[in-house]
Amino acid sequence: MVIDIQQIRKVYRVGEVDVTALDDVSLGVARGDFVAIMGASGSGKSTLLNILGCLDRPSSGSYRLDGIEVSGMGPDQLANVRSRKLGFIFQNFNLLSRTSALENVELPLLYGNPIGHAARHRKALAMLERMELGSRVHHFPGQLSGGQQQRVAIARALVNDPAVILADEPTGNLDSRSSNEIMKLFQEVNAQGLTIIMVTHETDVAAFARRTLQMRDGRFI
Amino acid sequence: MNIGPTIKVAFRALRRNRVRSALTSLGIIIGTAAVIAVLSVGQGAAVMIQSQIGSMGSNLLLIFPGSMNNSGVRSGSGGQQSLTVADGETIARECPNIVALSPMIRTGNQVVYGNNNWSTSIQGVTPAFSRVRNWNVSSGDYFTEADVRTGARVCLVGATLVTQLFLDENPVGQSIRIRNIPFRVIGVLEPKGTAAWGQDQDDTIVMPWTTVRRVLQRSPFSNVNNLLVSVASAEDIATATRTIGAILRQSHRIQEGSDDDFTITDMAEIAKTITSVSSLMTLLLSVIASISLLVGGIGIMNIMLVSVTERTREIGIRMAVGARQNDIMLQFLVEALTLSLLGGLIGAGLGALAANVVSRVNHWPVLVSVQSIGLALFFSSAIGVFFGFYPAWRAARLNPIDCLRHE
Repeated sequence: MVIDIQQIRKVYRVGEVDVTALDDVSLGVARGDFVAIMGASGSGKSTLLNILGCLDRPSSGSYRLDGIEVSGMGPDQLANVRSRKLGFIFQNFNLLSRTSALENVELPLLYGNPIGHAARHRKALAMLERMELGSRVHHFPGQLSGGQQQRVAIARALVNDPAVILADEPTGNLDSRSSNEIMKLFQEVNAQGLTIIMVTHETDVAAFARRTLQMRDGRFI
Repeated sequence: MNIGPTIKVAFRALRRNRVRSALTSLGIIIGTAAVIAVLSVGQGAAVMIQSQIGSMGSNLLLIFPGSMNNSGVRSGSGGQQSLTVADGETIARECPNIVALSPMIRTGNQVVYGNNNWSTSIQGVTPAFSRVRNWNVSSGDYFTEADVRTGARVCLVGATLVTQLFLDENPVGQSIRIRNIPFRVIGVLEPKGTAAWGQDQDDTIVMPWTTVRRVLQRSPFSNVNNLLVSVASAEDIATATRTIGAILRQSHRIQEGSDDDFTITDMAEIAKTITSVSSLMTLLLSVIASISLLVGGIGIMNIMLVSVTERTREIGIRMAVGARQNDIMLQFLVEALTLSLLGGLIGAGLGALAANVVSRVNHWPVLVSVQSIGLALFFSSAIGVFFGFYPAWRAARLNPIDCLRHE
């Protein structure tokens, strides 16, 4: 199991009221799996993805990522985990504007265990070429189409050789053609052995995954 | 995170808001420029004072006759006629640390040359005066011991006299009249400039003291206004002062327990006082200038806080891909430091320029020292780090999820 969560709870305090976003959720994901998590907004799927992504910490429960217990870690340890084990893909791409595609892809290589300038450049360039963006490495995000921007984001997520890719509505801002393209890309990298967990609310997007889980009111159903 | 890309990111962020960055730096620029200008002018003034004190003559002691107590009415210092040329000779003979000694008899008179006349001071001295005051002739010759013995009617004129009385003619060999007595000008003194206390030292005539007493004043006495003593080195001044005091008390037969009838003044002591006053002024002005540096620092803090808010999303992205709190902190600190250090460099340049303009316009010596520039740069970077710290700390403590959701 690359991801193994046991009885994760997440409780937010909104004013005087405690809101339970995740209610004793358990999930195991094997290496090489491609899981789609579906559910209405407010079902807790984004909260779960944030916890899986080590961006947020659970209120209680255990989370083992690639064999390491991460639920009790502090901010810097979590940053190290994100740097070494995880790649993120967001609905709105979250690329740095006025920064070239190449430098965006180089970004994860600046943190954790920094490598030399030349090696950074080479790795980022290779990854962009794999995403068929070899001719657009010096373009700014604003000069790229949505699909191209998401491919830059995928290159950024993959450049550090992560154990798991976490995608939050990766096709939410794309037209259907680009969506298909991106999902085919997902299947391709998944076929090469990469674990992917994706949150979506579109059934035809979820259909690209190996299995689909439904969430409602902070639980899997 | 390695420092190279961090600096690159900082420069890019600052370039993106050129006007804002420039305005933010302006506070530091003005502060640094003010500090550099004040320090440079202050150090220049110190150098000027030192050179003027040096022009007085090195390691100079002045011996004045003491005040006089005549039936309860006390005169001021120098009121007594107790100090004589003979005292000077005794001191020169018996005190070992003395390099040169000259008596000084001062008077003043109207001097006439051709159709011109000019009122000036007249100093009666011996040839040792040139050594004591470190004051040579620029043309002609000094008078000799023989001139002193005979009371020869010869004199040296200061540079001011050359312009005012001789209208830039060469005065050497000319004859001038004082109280209708003709004197031959045998030399022109080197220009010495204005003294620290504002007196024009070149507005003077120097002649043998015997000539002043016997020819000008028609007096048989040989009491002096003061004795000028040049001591071998600064370390010897204290010893020499004690020795001279003992010699004079003995030769004036002053009883144990009664007051001296002379005063010994150490010029180095006076120099120290003047220098400390000027450095105090410099310090005071620097402190005032530093306040504007401080205000500049607050400007940097302000703009860095704005920058953190504007780039919250960027912070979130960096955190998501693995930036630790320290990486984020370093990035914003480097940005603040870049702003303040660039401001410091430009300010140092402008300050040095301003100091030079001041020196050109006012004919002040100005000393732009490496230390003052180093100090200003050190302070401006310290201010960058100090005022950049809080915004950077706030950026580092942000929650990545909130940052990524930030619009």
